[in-house]
This record gives sequence, C-alpha cells and structure tokens, in this order.
Amino acid sequence: MTTVGGVAGSVPATPQSAALSKPPWHRRAADSIRRNEEAGWRSVAWVAVLLPLAALVFAITVLAIKAWPAVRLNGWYFLYGRTWTDGHGAYAATVTTDGVKHIQGAQFGAWAIIWGTLASSIIAIVIAVPLSLGAAFALTERMPTWISRPLGFTVEILAGIPSVVIGLWGILTFGPWLANNVYPVIADNMPDVPLLRYFGNPHGSGEGLLTAGIVLALMIVPIIASTTRDLFAQVPPLPKEGASALGMTDWEVANKVTLPWVRSGIIGASVLGLGRALGETIAVAMIGGAIQQIPHTIYQPFTTAAAAILTQLDGAQTDGTGFYVATLAELALVLAVISVGVNLVARIIVNRTSRVAAPLGGA
Amino acid sequence: MNTLVAAPAARRRRATTQVWRALTYLALVLIMAPAAWLLIGVVARAWSHWRWSVLWTQLTPTGGGLRDQILGTLILMVAVLVVAGTIGVMAGIHLAEFTRKGKLSGWVSAPLRTASDVLSGFPSIVLGYVGFTALVVGLGWRLSLLPAVIILSIMVIPYIAKTTENSLRQVPTGYREGADALGMSAGYSLRKVVLKTALPGIVTGLLLALAIACGETAPLLYTAGFSNTLPHSLTQSQFPYLTYVVFTFYNDPSVQKHYLAYDAALILVVIVMLLLVASRIIVARTQRYSESARTAATRRPFGRFRNDPSLAALPVPDLGPGFENLPTS
Repeated sequence: MTTVGGVAGSVPATPQSAALSKPPWHRRAADSIRRNEEAGWRSVAWVAVLLPLAALVFAITVLAIKAWPAVRLNGWYFLYGRTWTDGHGAYAATVTTDGVKHIQGAQFGAWAIIWGTLASSIIAIVIAVPLSLGAAFALTERMPTWISRPLGFTVEILAGIPSVVIGLWGILTFGPWLANNVYPVIADNMPDVPLLRYFGNPHGSGEGLLTAGIVLALMIVPIIASTTRDLFAQVPPLPKEGASALGMTDWEVANKVTLPWVRSGIIGASVLGLGRALGETIAVAMIGGAIQQIPHTIYQPFTTAAAAILTQLDGAQTDGTGFYVATLAELALVLAVISVGVNLVARIIVNRTSRVAAPLGGA
Repeated sequence: MNTLVAAPAARRRRATTQVWRALTYLALVLIMAPAAWLLIGVVARAWSHWRWSVLWTQLTPTGGGLRDQILGTLILMVAVLVVAGTIGVMAGIHLAEFTRKGKLSGWVSAPLRTASDVLSGFPSIVLGYVGFTALVVGLGWRLSLLPAVIILSIMVIPYIAKTTENSLRQVPTGYREGADALGMSAGYSLRKVVLKTALPGIVTGLLLALAIACGETAPLLYTAGFSNTLPHSLTQSQFPYLTYVVFTFYNDPSVQKHYLAYDAALILVVIVMLLLVASRIIVARTQRYSESARTAATRRPFGRFRNDPSLAALPVPDLGPGFENLPTS
C-alpha cells in the first residue's frame, strides 16, 4: 500500500494512501519550490522593472540639483548669450551673487553650443533621410535577396561600429579627403550671395561643421535605413502589384502607394535618428574641432552640447566654486530635455503608425 | 524583386522612373562606399604595422601593447552582461508576462515602458556626467570600474528589456496553452517553455547590447578614467579600456601611440563584428527550425487591411526547404 506513492513517484492511487504515506522531505521541498516558482519570478521581475524608472529619476534628480545654482544665476542668458567664460582665471576673486558662489566675471551664454548642436543634427538629417530612403528602396524593391542581404548586413555593421572608431576615420581619413578634393570645388564655385556665402571659402582642413554633419549622417543612416526597409517589407504586395498592373511606373508606385503607406513610420525613424545625432558625443568632439564659436563658413570648427560637456568637464573642475561644473550640468539638462523630447515624439509617431490605417488613396 | 513591367508610358514618365531608379542606386552607393571605406581604412591603417605582441604586452608610457586594455574592455563587457543582462531580461519578462489589465501591474506598465524609452533616449555623455557627479564625486568613489559598470548598465538595460519583451511576445500562444494543458505550473512553463523558445531573441539583444557597451567612450571617460594596467580595486583606482586609446592616442606626438590607436580601433571593430556575426548565426539557426520563418511570410499586413480576414486567410505556398522566406506574392 505505502509503496505506491513512494516508489512510482507519481500520483498516489487512492486518497487513503496519500494520507498514509507522506512524501519524503526533499520531494515536499521540490513541490513547494515548484508551486512558488512563479511567485519568485514575479517578485524578481517586479524589482527589475522598477530599476530603469529609478535610474531615470535618479539621473534627473542629480542633474536638477547640480544645475540649480547655474539655472538661477545664468537665467535666460544661458540660452541666447554668446559669451562663455569662467571668469578671470583661477586666481580671480570669488564673489557671491544671489547666494551662488562663482568666480568674478563668470558668464555663461551657450548660444554657440546650442546652435552647433542643432546645425550639425539638421545637416545630418538632411543628408541621411534621402539617402536612407533611396537605399531602402533599392534594397527592397529592386534587388534579389542574395545581394540585398549582405548589403543590409553591411549597414548593420555600420550601426555597430564604435563612434570613436568612426571619429578616428573621420578626422584622419575622411575629413582631409573632403578638404582636399570636395570642399575646394564647392567653395570656389559658390556665388557670393547671402546663404550661399556660407558655403564659400575658407574651406578649412576638414575639421568642422560640414564634416561632422556628414559623418553624423553616416552614423544615423543605419537607424533610418533599417527601419525604412522593414516598413517597406510590411507594405502588402497586392496594392503595389495592382498599381503597376494599372500601368504605373516604378516611381509612381513608390510615390503613390509605398511611401504614403509608411510615411509616418519614416518620419518617426527620422526623428529617432535626429535624437541620436543630437546626443552623439565622441565622433563630433573629434571631427568638429570642439571650438566654441559660431563658424563663419560651414567648414569651420564648432562644438555641440555633448562635445562641450566632454571636452570641458575636466577643466571645469579647476573652478573651486563649482559654478562651471553646475553650468555644464545645466547644459546636460538642456541636452537631455531636447533629445528625450525628440525621442518621445518619434516613439509616439511610430506607435501611432502601427495602429492607424495607412493613408491609401489620399485618405 | 518585384519586377514591375510598366504599361507603355509616356516618355516623360519613363524618364522620371529611370532617374528615380538611378537615384536609389546612387543613394545605396553613397552609403555603401563610405561604410566600406571606413571598414577597409581601419583595417588597412592597423594592418600595415600590426604586431601580434600588442595582444599580450602591457602598455607603457612610451608604447608597448594593449593587453590590459583588451582585458579591461572584456571585463567591462562581462560585468555589463551580468548586471544589465539580469535586470534587463527580468524587466522584459515582467513587461511581457506579468502585466495584467486592471491590476496594479497593468496600470504601471505604461509609465514603466515610457521611463525605459526615455532612458534609452538619454545622451550617453549626460549619463556619464551623472555617474561622475553622483557616483565618483558624490559617493566618494574614485574613477573606477564600478561606476563605469553601473552607468553602462543603465545605458543598455532599456535596450535589453525591449528586445526581451519583444521576443517573449513572439512565443506562439499555442506553446503556453500546451504547457497549461499538460499541467505545468506557471513558473515552470515560463522557464522551460516560454523562455526557452524566446532565448535566441533574448541572446541576440544581449549581444547587440554588448556591442554598444564595448564601443562606448563618452560615459567611460568620466566614470572609469584610464590607466595603463588593470587595477586591484573596484571603486578606488582607474580602469583601462580600448576606446580611450583610440580617442586620445591618435593625436599624441609619438608614432608608437598612433599605431596603438589604430590597433585599438581594429580590435574594437573585430570584437563588434564577432558579436554581430554571432547574433546573425543565432537568428539564422533558429529561423531554420522555428515555424516563425514560415509565418513571417504571411506577416499580418500593416494598416487598413490589418483586420481584413480575406488577407489573413491567404494561402502560404509551401515550396519545401529553402523557400521559407519567399514572399507570398
């Protein structure tokens, strides 16, 4: 009777035998673990899922606390001012204004930095979006899988290459090549009219805004191109085939059927790329020259918020009052707000695309 | 792929479409050429003076090798894998499996996901600044391994959580129902059925997160610092890694250091390539055996026709092995 439950190790034959033979302790322990396994998973997962939120709150709190004196003292000047100086050197007097200690003469207006951040990202987006769209079309619509797959993998590799390596290539190989072969041609042929004057001489050494913009474009192409490629693959073939059966050319099918179908997805991917370009640090710091100025031509050195934090944080610590470091925290806060905002907008657009019907026939 | 044979078109329309085609190919070339140039350039620059001893000699003030920097990068990767991998995968499991509508978990899942998205949009240098002020200065640690690992982990956790959640959601409902029908407890079926099925996707996400982690420079400069040799302390002494070598040595006066910068760039590229190829192999292998490869061809259409039953019922042509990924057209 008792052997049934014990030896066979399965369900006891009758209720009585279950009562008679209590399973050995290790089996009871195993049973209890098995019963409570889910609770274990759940509790650990609960803790883990709260950690990103905690990290986010932590990061924002640290930045806000650190930046508060700078926000108070710099005021709005921070956003439009053009003078950026930590005062009259390390030996200058320390003064207190509005309860904030700083070196006498310190004045931080970040307009050149904000300008550089926006300008380089816009250049990158302007170059990257058409290239990604064209390449995604070529890959999905016109090429057999045995060609498009390795090419797609190359784009993926491009996404994975560390930005410091891209920066190295940009500053040693690509920038000088552009400065020797491309920029002179553009600069020498530019008419001296407003706006276009910006593309004129001097064309510099390849270390500057345009080179950084082009390299940034190269870095965000993988994001935009791979998303666009996936979107194109999701357009059902029937409307496209119907369109070409009606006599539409390739261009018309692309323009009238495929693109409207995925338009907001592409916008979302582009904004996502923009977010990446805004926050890119190392490559821009290496290629952009990290000189804080609004360049007179598009070829000259400049800096971005991320690059400025990177290159100045070390020196900022010589300011014993901590005001310079606080100002960099304010810069970090502004950068974080901009790029997080851009990212959220992109995600909202992308999420909406996957819900709302595609605008076919000009709906 | 879709060879679209146009009906007789006016000359202008034909010209437009020819220009359009040419432009798409041009765009492809304009992306591929710099990509190839970049890869070949990095390899060529390093290869012309490559010596294998770089891999096993220590860095000295005048030259030497990169042994400790390579080890440092690998240690960083392993530490990030352990810390961010655990937290990220568990967070992904929570978001995919344990959220229930109407319960607390359902209510908070949307803000938690948003927090994760926001965090992934944070510029890396901003996180580096936070690590520097809060951990290195605030907690009284010095530039060292631990703050670097914490900041890198915060960077990649949202990424891992997202890929984990997505791959868990792709586990067929039939698997879960089958596990339930066999009387498995929820935890057991999660471990033995659901996670096992989603594992390739999770591992792919982990590998890509590692690729991000090993290539980061900006947050490490102000959390890990740099040193020539591996330290003995977790929180008190600066830590060596490869990206710093690239970032700083390329404009050093000494030629030896230039060479080391190129070498470090080459090693980084090789590490990233290995990770990418590994993730590719995993994806390819699992697609060969899973049924998702076959269902991928009938992926639910996008947008207006999403719920059109006539499209969902389209027959999948079964052409046998080797043709699984053929489009349904």
